Amino acid sequence: MSNNVLEGGQALIKCLENEGVEYIFGYSGGAAIPIFDALITTETKIKFVLVRHEQGAAHMADGYARATGKPAVVLVTSGPGATNTLTGIMTAHMDSVPMIVLSGQSVSWMLGKDAFQEADIFGITMPVVKHSYLVKESNDIPRIVREAFHISTTGRPGPVLIDIPKDLSAGPCTADLHAEMDLPGYKVDLSVDNDKVLEIAEALAKSKRPLILAGHGAMISGADPSLKALAEKAQIPVTTTLLGKGVFPETHDLSLGMLGMHGTAYANKAICECDLLLNIGSRFDDRILGKPTEFCKDATIVHIDIDAAEIGKMIQPQIACIADAKTTIDELIKHVPVLDTKVWRKTLDGYKTKYPLKFKRQGGLKMQHIIDEFYKLTDGKACVATDVGQHQMWAAQFYKNDNRYNWLSSGGAGTMGVGLPYIIGAAFGRPNDINVCFVGDGGFQMTFFEMATAALHKLPIKIVVLNNHYLGMVRQWQELFYEDRKSGVDLEGNPDFVKLAESFGIKGFNLRRPGDVKRVLQNALDYNEGPCLINCEVEKTDNVFPMIPAGAAIEEMLIEPPTIKLDKPTGST
Amino acid sequence: MSISDKAMHTLSIYVSNKPGALARIAQVFARRGFNIESLVVSPAVDGHFSRMTISCSGDPTGLDQIIKQLSKLIDVLHCIDHTYDSSVVKEMGLVKISVDSEGRSEALQIAEHYGCKTVDLTPDSMILQVVGNPSKIDALEEMISKFKIIELVRTGKVVMSRGQEIT
Repeated sequence: MSNNVLEGGQALIKCLENEGVEYIFGYSGGAAIPIFDALITTETKIKFVLVRHEQGAAHMADGYARATGKPAVVLVTSGPGATNTLTGIMTAHMDSVPMIVLSGQSVSWMLGKDAFQEADIFGITMPVVKHSYLVKESNDIPRIVREAFHISTTGRPGPVLIDIPKDLSAGPCTADLHAEMDLPGYKVDLSVDNDKVLEIAEALAKSKRPLILAGHGAMISGADPSLKALAEKAQIPVTTTLLGKGVFPETHDLSLGMLGMHGTAYANKAICECDLLLNIGSRFDDRILGKPTEFCKDATIVHIDIDAAEIGKMIQPQIACIADAKTTIDELIKHVPVLDTKVWRKTLDGYKTKYPLKFKRQGGLKMQHIIDEFYKLTDGKACVATDVGQHQMWAAQFYKNDNRYNWLSSGGAGTMGVGLPYIIGAAFGRPNDINVCFVGDGGFQMTFFEMATAALHKLPIKIVVLNNHYLGMVRQWQELFYEDRKSGVDLEGNPDFVKLAESFGIKGFNLRRPGDVKRVLQNALDYNEGPCLINCEVEKTDNVFPMIPAGAAIEEMLIEPPTIKLDKPTGST
Repeated sequence: MSISDKAMHTLSIYVSNKPGALARIAQVFARRGFNIESLVVSPAVDGHFSRMTISCSGDPTGLDQIIKQLSKLIDVLHCIDHTYDSSVVKEMGLVKISVDSEGRSEALQIAEHYGCKTVDLTPDSMILQVVGNPSKIDALEEMISKFKIIELVRTGKVVMSRGQEIT
């Protein structure tokens, strides 16, 4: 290119800088070479992190965004490079996480002609993105980048894909880098209807047993201080969803912890007995509903959500408020009276005493014991990532969160393999915090190779492998509902995780006995020369309780292991 | 199932004229098990936008969700359900029938009743063009079926709100 004219790829990098991007997670490849070249020729300050698999890049960007609230960028090549990000994009989409995915593409004149490493990633990703672009002209790049960030980070956030043919990332771009957006169909309305707020305040004033259900939407809108003020002023107990963990301090007297399939007994009892449910930014996921027709059927339901499509999708509320969570709560505080909930809170406190989360410290080594000890040793201040399965539910139960951005977990998608890349992404964004991932031996093996990325950057992460040599959650279902017929769950052939870690230059610890938990975890926390891994040989066949069988009413919650044979669940998975 | 079936819904969608917009819209229907019965797309007065009229069938309780999901698409400016309003709904049909000189005058009589135009005539066939609401085309189809219908092509509904209401 001549001196002053930027190439498309260079314009792209400069536009990313303008958006405040700090990190790009990615993997190079032929169709993306002009973009990778621009990372050097533009002398950008954006740091590029080379991962070991494109799925890892997408999960890292997702983890970074969850831990910092800022979007990160994924950069991959065409064809398999792009398709490898698919699970990561879907995971972010299900949990409303902002993410920009840049994929190289074959040259534009070869599109649709089965060129080498050509995949229709624009078409393939369509159901799992908030929006997507196939760049048609180099001069469109600045506008598209601005639009992509705006779409990805506002309203209900989500991933946006930009597919860039190689001739266009290499071709000249003369457009203004601060190009105007052209989005006539996309309006973000943060205002709130005051009449609705008054209606909610009035309903609350009449309520004897109100309950707040706070979800990820409340977290995304930054409503945590407002939510605390509302709950404290009106004396309303709060339960959160899995992704809402931390939006309200879980150590607060008014907190009931997480509700749902493996939530606390007292949160679920509160759902059954409340006379008003104020849902702030939860989409009434099937994990918390149990049987939708029975859910809170005698209570007044108020649903506040920024996404109109969530209103009435699962549960028809009596009062619907399509608005930003924080704005709505801030208005609501002005109008809500101090409620007399003393009797209601006393009832719930009774449940807390009667049905506490518990586990036995005797006998074999338990995942709960390790998580609980880690919680105590870190004073509840760590940024915690999980994988998916039994350990995820125990981590949700026993690692209490008092702050937002400290809980990174795949909720909607339930994607195994996210734990390690999530905490890697988080550690890039928050290098001075304690960063830990709790992973099962199953999920960990799906992305363990990203230990190379962690080791290379000497990231201060603690990888806690809760190793029961089983796909424990499925095994639990098979034990409870399928007469203990174990099918496809035995992870015979696991590697020696400590040796595996050491082969990446990562410090490894073994933990086998309950008596050693505190000492080994403390040693791991004291280790500060980069990542370390703790392989915990835990009980093989422990089960997570409480449990609401999928599709069953919340009243049918199993607080302890059942003594009778159970029918197969009617709900999905 | 005929196009004028009662379970049918008519939606109008005003959408940015961007690549992929139609695919995104079609996916909203497919994912929720709705069948698109007819789909008409044409440029709007402002060429940056397109007009779509979609007739679809499926669980009516799901339609509300579909409209919300369509409205949520970045390219969609608005989506309106016209099933229960008094909008103007029109469709065009072309019917090719097998008819020789013996039956021709009866065929033309039926055609005239429905305001059809004869747009092609051969010694043993004719093509009738009919314009009107979908039930009129259904009725023509029934009457003219005493002759052999060789082919029938319908455009699908187009809809426009009356007066100052937007479509």
